[in-house]
Amino acid sequence: MSQRVTRSSRLSQGAAVLGLLVLILLAAAPWWAGRADMRLMGEIFLYLSLATLWNLLAGYAGLVSVGQQAYVGLGGYALFALTILAGVPALWAIPLAGLLGALVAVPVAALIFRLRGAYFAIGTWVIAEVFRLGAAQVSALGGGSGTSLPADVVRAMASGRDAREALAYWLALGVAMAVIGLAFAILRSRLGLALMALRDNELAARSLGINIWRTKFIVYVATAGLTTLIGALIFVQKLRISPDAGFSVNDWTAFVIFIVVIGGIGTLEGPIIGTLVFFALRETMADMGSVYLIALGVVAIVVMLRAPAGIWGLIRARTGAELFPISHRVRGTTTKETADGKKA
Amino acid sequence: MPMSEPILAISGLDAHYGDFQALFGVSLTVEPGEVLAIIGANGAGKSTLMRSICGLIRNAPGAIRFRGEAIGGLRADQVAARGIALVPEGRLLFASLSVEENLIIGGQMGRPGPWSLARIYELFPILRERRRVPATELSGGQQQMVAIGRALMANPGLLLLDEISLGLAPVVIKAIYEALPGIVGGGMAAVIVEQDIARALSVSARVYCLQEGHVALAGNSGDVTREAIAAAYFGM
Repeated sequence: MSQRVTRSSRLSQGAAVLGLLVLILLAAAPWWAGRADMRLMGEIFLYLSLATLWNLLAGYAGLVSVGQQAYVGLGGYALFALTILAGVPALWAIPLAGLLGALVAVPVAALIFRLRGAYFAIGTWVIAEVFRLGAAQVSALGGGSGTSLPADVVRAMASGRDAREALAYWLALGVAMAVIGLAFAILRSRLGLALMALRDNELAARSLGINIWRTKFIVYVATAGLTTLIGALIFVQKLRISPDAGFSVNDWTAFVIFIVVIGGIGTLEGPIIGTLVFFALRETMADMGSVYLIALGVVAIVVMLRAPAGIWGLIRARTGAELFPISHRVRGTTTKETADGKKA
Repeated sequence: MPMSEPILAISGLDAHYGDFQALFGVSLTVEPGEVLAIIGANGAGKSTLMRSICGLIRNAPGAIRFRGEAIGGLRADQVAARGIALVPEGRLLFASLSVEENLIIGGQMGRPGPWSLARIYELFPILRERRRVPATELSGGQQQMVAIGRALMANPGLLLLDEISLGLAPVVIKAIYEALPGIVGGGMAAVIVEQDIARALSVSARVYCLQEGHVALAGNSGDVTREAIAAAYFGM
C-alpha cells in the first residue's frame, strides 16, 4: 500500500508551529504588553481553561453540569482560607486548592451521579448554591460580604507589583496550556477512547464492558480539581472574594457554556474560538450595558439555529480541518479505496 | 442429550421493557463449544433474549446462569467482564473511532485468551489494511467484521451474534459465515440470532424457535422438520 497513515494533517502540523510561535510571543507579554492588556489576557486564559474543562465534562463525558461555579468558588475560598487562616504561601495554596477540589468532588459525584440528564444539571446547581450558602457562614472570611487578600500575603507572592502581575499572568498562561494539553492527552488515551465510545453508542460500549460510572467519575473528579485550581488563580488576580462573586452561576458557568456552545461543543478547538468570540464581544460592547447581554443572547440563538455544532463545527464540516489531531487520517489513495470498499 | 455442565443455563426467564413483558418463562441451555441458533419472527423476543443475557436488560439473578454463576441481575460491564460478548444488531460501531480503535475498545478489559489484534487481522486481513479508517466509512460487510472482531477482542467464553446478516449482500453474508468455524471452537460457545432459517440450521448444532416471547420449538438442527418450524414460527 502506498498510502501513508498519520494522525496529523499538514494543517495540524502548521497549527503546531504557529501555535508555538504565538506561545513564545504570549510568554513574553510582560515585556511588551501594558498592565491592563496583561490582565485581560490572563482572564482570557483562565476562561479558556474553564471552557476546555466544561467541554471535557459536557461535550465528551455527557455530564452537563451547570454547577461548576461550585468549584471556582471553592478554589477562591480555599486560597483565602489557606493563606489567611493557615498561613500557607499563596503559590502553595493554588495547587493545594486543586487537590482539595478533587477530594470534595468524590462525595459530590457519589451523590449527583444518581441523577440523570436535566435532573443532573439541576442537582449540580443546587450543590453550588449549598457551597455558596456555606461560604457565607464562614465569618473568619467575611461571611456574606466577603474579604480581601491581606497586603502581606499579596506582597509575599513577588517583589513588587509588576513582578506579581507578571507571575499571575504566567500562571494563567501555564494553566491554560496545561489544561488543553491534558485534555488532548486524555482524549488520545484509553480513557478518551472509552469516553468517545460512550458518546457514540452507550449500548455497545456497555456490552463491551466499559464501566460508565467509573469512566464518568474519573472525568468529573479531574475536571473538578482543575476547576478549583483555576478558581484559586482567578482570585489571585482579583484579590477580593465574596460568596456572590465566587459562586456566580453567570460568570463561571453561563458564560463558559456560551463559549463552548458557540465555539463547538465536543471539539478541542471549539472552546478556543468561543473564548475569542466571547471576549471580542465583551471588549467591544461591555460599555453598552444591557445591549451587550442582548447581543450575547442573539449570537447564541443565531449560532444554535444556523450552526448547531458551533463555529468550529461549521468550519470542520466545510473544510475537514482539524487543529488537534485526535482522529486518525489516511493519506494517499483513500478516496479510491473507499469507493471500491463500498461495492464489496 | 448433552452430558456436560452447560456454559449458559436460562430457566424461567421473564423479561420486561417497562410494563411490556417481552419474554415468558424462557428456558434454554448452551453447551461448551456449541453453536446454538435462535429463530423466530420479528417481535418474537430474540433481541430481548440477547440483551438479557449480556446484562443490558436486568432480570432475576437466578434466571440466567453463566458457568454456574447467577448473572441475571448484573450490570452489562460485569457480565462482559465474566466473558460474554455481544455483536449487536445493527453493528453499533463507534463512529468517532478508527477500525483499530474500535477493536482496542473491545479488548479494554484485558481478559486473557487467544484473540489479539494480530489474530483478528489474520481472520479478516482487509481490516489490517483499513485499520486507520473511521469504522463507519467501511462497507457494510467490513463493518460487520469490525463488530465481530471487537467482540472477539474480549476473549469471550460465549459469543452472542445478533442478526449479523441484516442488510448485507448474500455474497458478504456467505463470507462472514464461512469465517465462523474459525471463530467458534477452541471452547468458545456461540448463540446466533438469524432471520435466514436455512443459514441458522446449517451453522448450529441445536435450534430454539421463539414465538411471542415463548419457546415454541427446541431441537437438534439436523432433525427439526420444515413443518415443525413453520408451526413454531407462525403459531399454526
